[in-house]
Amino acid sequence: MRVRVQEADFDLAAEAARLEASGAGAVVTFTGVVRGGDVAAMTLEHYPGMTEAALEEIAVEARRRWPLTGLTIIHRVGRLAPGARIMMVATASAHRAAAFEAAEFLMDYLKTRAPFWKKEETPEGARWVDAREVDDAAAARWAKAD
Amino acid sequence: MKVLYFAWLRERIGEAEEEAPEAATVSELVDALRARSSRHEHAFADMTSVRVAVDRKIRDFDAPLAGAAEVAFFPPMTGG
Repeated sequence: MRVRVQEADFDLAAEAARLEASGAGAVVTFTGVVRGGDVAAMTLEHYPGMTEAALEEIAVEARRRWPLTGLTIIHRVGRLAPGARIMMVATASAHRAAAFEAAEFLMDYLKTRAPFWKKEETPEGARWVDAREVDDAAAARWAKAD
Repeated sequence: MKVLYFAWLRERIGEAEEEAPEAATVSELVDALRARSSRHEHAFADMTSVRVAVDRKIRDFDAPLAGAAEVAFFPPMTGG
């Protein structure tokens, strides 16, 4: 289980290779990237101390629910340009269903439970990104499995 | 007790951190902070867009604060 919060970019291929070496039959990776369009840059703020603990908690919950041989969460903070990688999750399991489901679960929980906030720079000025109800709904669907 | 602010709450209040008065619950703390300045009042105007963590755990506004060292206020999270 590997959880990181960092300013630096990460090497997606190296992270995937690390999980491929865990002996799993299936590795799923998801990467979040800063959108293009009218956003000149995005700044990610977080709550040092709580962020790491929240991500660890989410990772532990994923391992409790699915038989994973490996799991990685890396989330960047600071100012990021369009096209820059924001974050990644990767899951490894003997079977693809568990790897896919666990990756989706990690994303849904991370969006609503890990203390990160995005601020976008646009031609009209800077604005904090609003939380989306659809993200709450996506996270809530996993509650049934508790 | 230390109070932390993040994202637009920090910007509205103009401080990332301040010392807070003793309060029995989060709601009482918010009332005490609102009385500090118009900036605080503005930041806490709409509590439906405010979330709270007590000692780094997400809590409700009626959560007790006995023994708490750190309370943080912030908008709903937007990571990922």
